Amino acid sequence: MSDSYSDKNLQDEVSELETKSVTAARLFDIRRIIGGLFVIYGVIVTIAGFAASDDEIDKAQGVNINLWTGVGMLVLGIFFLVWLKLRPTAPPVPPLEEGGGEE
Amino acid sequence: MQTPTSSTYLAAELRLPTNWLDYTILGIYFLVVLGIGFAARRSVKTSLDFFLSGRSLPAWVTGLAFVAANLGATEILGMAANSAQYGVYTTHWYWIGAIPAMVFLGLVMMPFYYGSKVRSVPEFLLLRFDKASHLLSSALFAVAAILIAGVNLYALAIVVEALLGWPEWVAIVVAGFFVLAYITLGGLSSAIYNEVLQFFVILAGLIPITVLGLKKVGGWDGLSDSLSKSHGSDFMTAWGGTGIGSENPLGANWLTIVLGLGFVLSFGYWTTNFAEVQRALSAKNLSAAQRTPLIAAFPKIFIVFVVMIPGLVAAVLVPKIGTPGSDLQYNDAIPYLMQQLLPNGVLGIAVTGLLAAFMAGMAANISSFNTVFTTDIWQKYVVKDREDGYYVRFGRLITVIGVLASIGTAFLASSFSNIMSYLQTLFSFFNVPMFVVFIIGMFWKRASMKSGFWGLIAGTTAAMVNYFVIYKQGIIDIPSDQGANFVSAIAGFVAGAVVMVAVSLFTAPKPATELQGLVYGTTSPGMAEPPAKGDDAWYRKPALLGWGAVVLAAACYIPFSF
Repeated sequence: MSDSYSDKNLQDEVSELETKSVTAARLFDIRRIIGGLFVIYGVIVTIAGFAASDDEIDKAQGVNINLWTGVGMLVLGIFFLVWLKLRPTAPPVPPLEEGGGEE
Repeated sequence: MQTPTSSTYLAAELRLPTNWLDYTILGIYFLVVLGIGFAARRSVKTSLDFFLSGRSLPAWVTGLAFVAANLGATEILGMAANSAQYGVYTTHWYWIGAIPAMVFLGLVMMPFYYGSKVRSVPEFLLLRFDKASHLLSSALFAVAAILIAGVNLYALAIVVEALLGWPEWVAIVVAGFFVLAYITLGGLSSAIYNEVLQFFVILAGLIPITVLGLKKVGGWDGLSDSLSKSHGSDFMTAWGGTGIGSENPLGANWLTIVLGLGFVLSFGYWTTNFAEVQRALSAKNLSAAQRTPLIAAFPKIFIVFVVMIPGLVAAVLVPKIGTPGSDLQYNDAIPYLMQQLLPNGVLGIAVTGLLAAFMAGMAANISSFNTVFTTDIWQKYVVKDREDGYYVRFGRLITVIGVLASIGTAFLASSFSNIMSYLQTLFSFFNVPMFVVFIIGMFWKRASMKSGFWGLIAGTTAAMVNYFVIYKQGIIDIPSDQGANFVSAIAGFVAGAVVMVAVSLFTAPKPATELQGLVYGTTSPGMAEPPAKGDDAWYRKPALLGWGAVVLAAACYIPFSF
C-alpha cells in the first residue's frame, strides 16, 4: 500500500454508514429532558424560596434568591416544553440526493 | 482553552453547608444523566451512530455542546482565578482568544472538515498529507485526551473533598463510573445531550453567584472603585498597561496578546482540537456544521461575565486571596462565594452544575478519545476491514479502557501533580503546529505529503525549546508563565510554517485529483449539496452569524478600554 491514502474509499464508507445510521430516527429529543428537569428543579427551588427563613435571605444579601432562581428555571423549562409542542421533531428525510452509492 | 492556572488546591474551610435539599437536587441530576445514556442506547446501530451521532444532530444542540465541552469546571474555576489575579485582562481569553477562531472554524474550515466526510481531525491529515502525520497526531491526541480526562477527574476529587467532604477516591470512582456508563451506552449522542443539559445547569448556578456577589460589593461601580484603589486602575481595563515595554501583571503586551493568544494559541485550540470539532462533525448537514461554532460563539461572549465577576468580587472580599498570607487560593473564588452567599436550594443547583461541568469536561475527552483510537488507530493500522459491528463493540470496549486509564491517571496525579502540569504544558504545544499544518495544507496546494509531518515536529520542538530552554533557563526575560506561553506559541507557529514550506519545495506534491474538497478552491461532492429546507432563512446564514459574533465581541471591548 502506498503512503498516500485515497479519500474515495473513506468517503464511500462514511456515505454508506450514513444510510444505515439510525440516530436520526431513534434518538429522543433533548428538549423533553431539559424541559422536564428544569420544571422539576424550578418547582423544588421555588418552594424552597417560599419557605425561606430570614437567615437565608440575609445570607443572600436580602434577596430571596431561591424564589428568583426557581421561577427562572421554571420559565426556562416551560419554554423548552412549549417549543417541543409547537415544533415537534421533524421525521427524518430519506437522503435522496446524496452523492451516489445509495440504493 | 487550556486553563491558565493549573493547581486546584482548595482550602479545607470551604466546606459547604449542604443539606438534604441540595443532595436531592444532585441525586436527580445523576439519575437523569444515566437515563439519557439508557435512552440514547437504542439510537446506536452503526459505528457512525456511536462516534458521530450518525451526523444527524440539529445545529443548536451541537452548538451548545460545542461551548459546553469547553465549559468544564477546570475552565470555570481557572478563569475565575485568572480574574482574581489579573483582573479584566481575563476577557482576552474570550473576546480575542476564542471568538475570531470559532468564527474562522465555522466560516472557512468547516466546509473542508464536514464536506470531506472525515470522522476526526487526524483523519483529515491522513487525506491531505500522509500516514506519518496521521499516526503522529492520532497517537498524541489519544494520550493527551486520557491525560486531560485524568487531570479533570483529579481536580473534581479535590473540589468535592473540600466542598462536600467526600474522600478523594470516592469522588474519582463515582464520577468515573457515571461518565463510563453514559458514554458506553449512548456514545457521542449521550455525551452531547449531557453537555447541553450541563450548559443550562451550570448557568443556573453561576448567574445567582454573580448577581449576589455584585450586590455584596455595591454593584459594578462599587467593585470597580474598590479594585482600582487596591490594584491600580489598569486592573479594571482590558488593554491598560499592555503597551510594549510597560509592566503589567499578565507579563504580556498587546502584540503578544493579539498574535500569541488571539491568533496562534486560540486558532490552534479551537480549530484543531478534536474534542471541540467532533461536536460540529456530528451535525446533520453542512449548514448545521458551519453554524455549530457560530452558535457557540454567542454564549461564549457573555460567559466571561459570570466567571470574571465572581473572581473580581472574591478579590474585593478577600484582599489577600492567592498570597501566602491567606488560606484561600485564586482557584477558591467561586467555591468561596457559594459558601458565603447561596442558601440551600440554589446551593444544590450550583454544586450540581460544578459536578456536571467536571463530568462534561471529562466526557468530552473520553468521547473524542474513543473515536480517534478506534477509527484512526485500530481500524487503520491494527485490525482492518472487519464488519462495522465489530468497531462499535471495540469502541465500547476502548471507552471502558479509556475511563479506567484516566482513573489511573487521576490517582497518579494525586501523588505527582507537578509532573502532570508539566505534561499538560507539553501537550498544549502540540496544538500550535497542528494549526500551521492545517492552514497551510488547506490554502496551499503545493504543500507536499511529507511537509505535514515535518511541520508538526518542527513547530512542536520550537515551542518547547522556547518555553523550557529559553524562558525557563532565563535566557530571555519574560515576566510570567502566561506571557512565555504566548511567545512560545508564536515561535512554534513560525518554525512550523518555515519548515513546511522548505520541505514542500524539495518533496513531491500530492496529486491534484486526491486534493478535491481538501484544499481551498476545490469542492467535493458533499459540499455542493443545496441548503436544506429552512436553512436559507436569514438568521441561519453562517456569514451573518459569524460576522455578527465578531462585531459583538469587538463592541464588548469598548466599555473596558478607556
